Amino acid sequence: MTTTQTLDIDYTKYNFRDSDATYEYKFPKGLNRNVVEQISKIKNEPDWMRQFRLRSYEHFMKRPLPMWGGDLTTLNFDEMLYYASPTEKKSRSWDDVPSYIKETFDKLGIPEAERKFLGGVGAQYESEVVYHSLREDLAKKGIIFADTDTALREYPELFKKHFATVVPPEDNKFAALNSAVWSGGSFIYVPEGVTVDVPLQAYFRINTQNMGQFERTLIIADKNSRVHYIEGCTAPIYSTDSLHSAVVEIIAKPGAHVRYTTIQNWSSDVYNLVTKRAYAYGNATMEWVDGNLGSRLTMKYPSIYLLGPGAKGEILSVAFAGKGQHQDSGGKVIHLAPYTTSRITSKSISKDGGRTTYRGLLHVAKGAKGVKSTVRCDALLLDEYSRTDTYPYNEINEDDATTTHEATVGKIGEDQLFYLMSRGVSEQEALSMIVMGFMEPFTKELPMEYAIELNRLIQLEMAGSVG
Amino acid sequence: MILLLTTLEIKDLHVSIEGKQILKGVNLKVSQGEIHAVMGPNGSGKSTLANTLMGHPKYKVDGGDILVNGESIVGLTPDLRARKGLFLAFQYPLEISGVPLAQFLRTAYRSIKGDGQQKTEAKGVGGEMISALAFKKKFEEKLKEVDLDASFAKRYLNEGFSGGEKKRAEILQMAILQPSIAIMDETDSGLDIDAIRKVAEVVAHMAGPEIGVLLITHYQRILEYIKPQFVHIMAHGRIFQSGGPELAKMLEERGYEWIAGDCGDSSVRKTLTTHVMREAVES
Repeated sequence: MTTTQTLDIDYTKYNFRDSDATYEYKFPKGLNRNVVEQISKIKNEPDWMRQFRLRSYEHFMKRPLPMWGGDLTTLNFDEMLYYASPTEKKSRSWDDVPSYIKETFDKLGIPEAERKFLGGVGAQYESEVVYHSLREDLAKKGIIFADTDTALREYPELFKKHFATVVPPEDNKFAALNSAVWSGGSFIYVPEGVTVDVPLQAYFRINTQNMGQFERTLIIADKNSRVHYIEGCTAPIYSTDSLHSAVVEIIAKPGAHVRYTTIQNWSSDVYNLVTKRAYAYGNATMEWVDGNLGSRLTMKYPSIYLLGPGAKGEILSVAFAGKGQHQDSGGKVIHLAPYTTSRITSKSISKDGGRTTYRGLLHVAKGAKGVKSTVRCDALLLDEYSRTDTYPYNEINEDDATTTHEATVGKIGEDQLFYLMSRGVSEQEALSMIVMGFMEPFTKELPMEYAIELNRLIQLEMAGSVG
Repeated sequence: MILLLTTLEIKDLHVSIEGKQILKGVNLKVSQGEIHAVMGPNGSGKSTLANTLMGHPKYKVDGGDILVNGESIVGLTPDLRARKGLFLAFQYPLEISGVPLAQFLRTAYRSIKGDGQQKTEAKGVGGEMISALAFKKKFEEKLKEVDLDASFAKRYLNEGFSGGEKKRAEILQMAILQPSIAIMDETDSGLDIDAIRKVAEVVAHMAGPEIGVLLITHYQRILEYIKPQFVHIMAHGRIFQSGGPELAKMLEERGYEWIAGDCGDSSVRKTLTTHVMREAVES
């Protein structure tokens, strides 16, 4: 069955680069002690951070590559750039942003998004945040929303007290790498009892070929506060490998509610190796909403440590793997306190030989009584060349824990397509509809604009799958 | 002015599934404004006919032709057939998770009603809004007619619907998409008598010069509410008798055995007899 279908999508939106971006402090490729020293020096960092970076670098060098997950053998650390900065100074108002960067943001729809519902926008262009606005009423409430470099300078005590307490450099090889060369990212502090009623969001982009991006995000939600942070990524397409290795740390103090939403659409040559971890204290709620499209290999397992009684954790993720792509993702929940609850929902779609892997950990510690946990993974395979695997690890050390695990693997049936097409919908649209419907439990958790964007990306990914 | 009526013409249609011949030369002509009933026992090829007309890829046309307004549609995919005005109310509607009914129907509506609609909407946000509102109004109106409550707009396509709700949702789709020729595949099966009456009333209400109906059934009950002008009896992949409403009446009085007797084919006689017995047990 063959139909031709014109999708109403601006393809150029997802595949462009700026030709006239000029980079200051462009480093040579490769990583050594001197590069790490230089990064710290350019940023004029306090000595403790310099030493932290060096300690992390040493660990990175001696730590072997992980022996599990995706194929990392083609990743060449010597071919990467570890630091680049387009402008020296950060801008606060839209007028100060260089015009070529504005054009890039226009293509990504940032100003529109801002007009509609943004409180603050931190848009990361290369390694430095060039545009950062914070609505006044947020500042009045004592909320800090800054790029991480600025936060280190302006809030040194708050920063030092929490930084790397959730993800220490020794956690894994890529956390060590990030800790050594990190640049940019978002820093958020929400004071006790304060609710941030609009989502805070930052747009991240990789623009230089072979440039690694190592942003570092730290969110501290004080007691009984509430915040939703959104991070979206759209990378231009390049032919050689690129590395993205972020660390995200979240601290949800007692009674706090934090939601962290990500949609990432990396170009198909990017290695996306991310460590995301949250601490949730008593009665706090932590939610990861994590969408992964594109990339050559993504290894990302958002985790939640439930540290106090009554804490809740939720991980909702979606992965889409096309040709030559491997999405190795999932979630980890560590129940360390009684009466904690968690839910992991994972949806994955593989097509054109793409591969998705669900890798999850559910740990219930001795003494964590009355734990409840639900894990559900659904995989959709769009053809017989694609692949999906599920690796759920359960370590349950309390007898009264209530845990359920459900996993399904589905295919799109001929009858389903026939049914939708009999209503006038083209095969292409019908396929997209089924895939979007499959992802709906995820999409409905997104703000409207992101849901639309995600659906467009899916339609784009689905284009050409009819033949 | 000449009034152009859409005509569906089936000529000597031969169809097989996975190499097995099911339809062995079916001839039938349905025009807008007419109601035809195709009756016959299980296995006679009724559902094959319905699915073939709509273009299910599993059903292979080995011979003959299907024409809409004189043009063959045999090579067309189901979506293109829908755009030519055909509609199939499924015997077993499929469940599509995550696709809200109203949203789906709006997409379908726009696909079928074509460019004119899309151009209006492309004019800007205002045009889109009005159209969305108009659609919502139409949708809610039809929802009421088929006796489904407002929550169905946001429910996923057929997911978790009861048997009766699924059939009513099919009629709802038909009412909104306004086909020229509607094929209804055993819409009455699996429904109790009240549900049949409800569904039939809506169809009867829709019937008129605008729509041609090909009603496929093996019970006569639904014909009490939807009065066909033409009745065709099908068995063993062929239509072997066509007539007016009196044919259905005769079937009701005398059962399929009368036809089987007429037909003189003992295997048909056996099938039909079995069918009549089963129907007697069920009712």
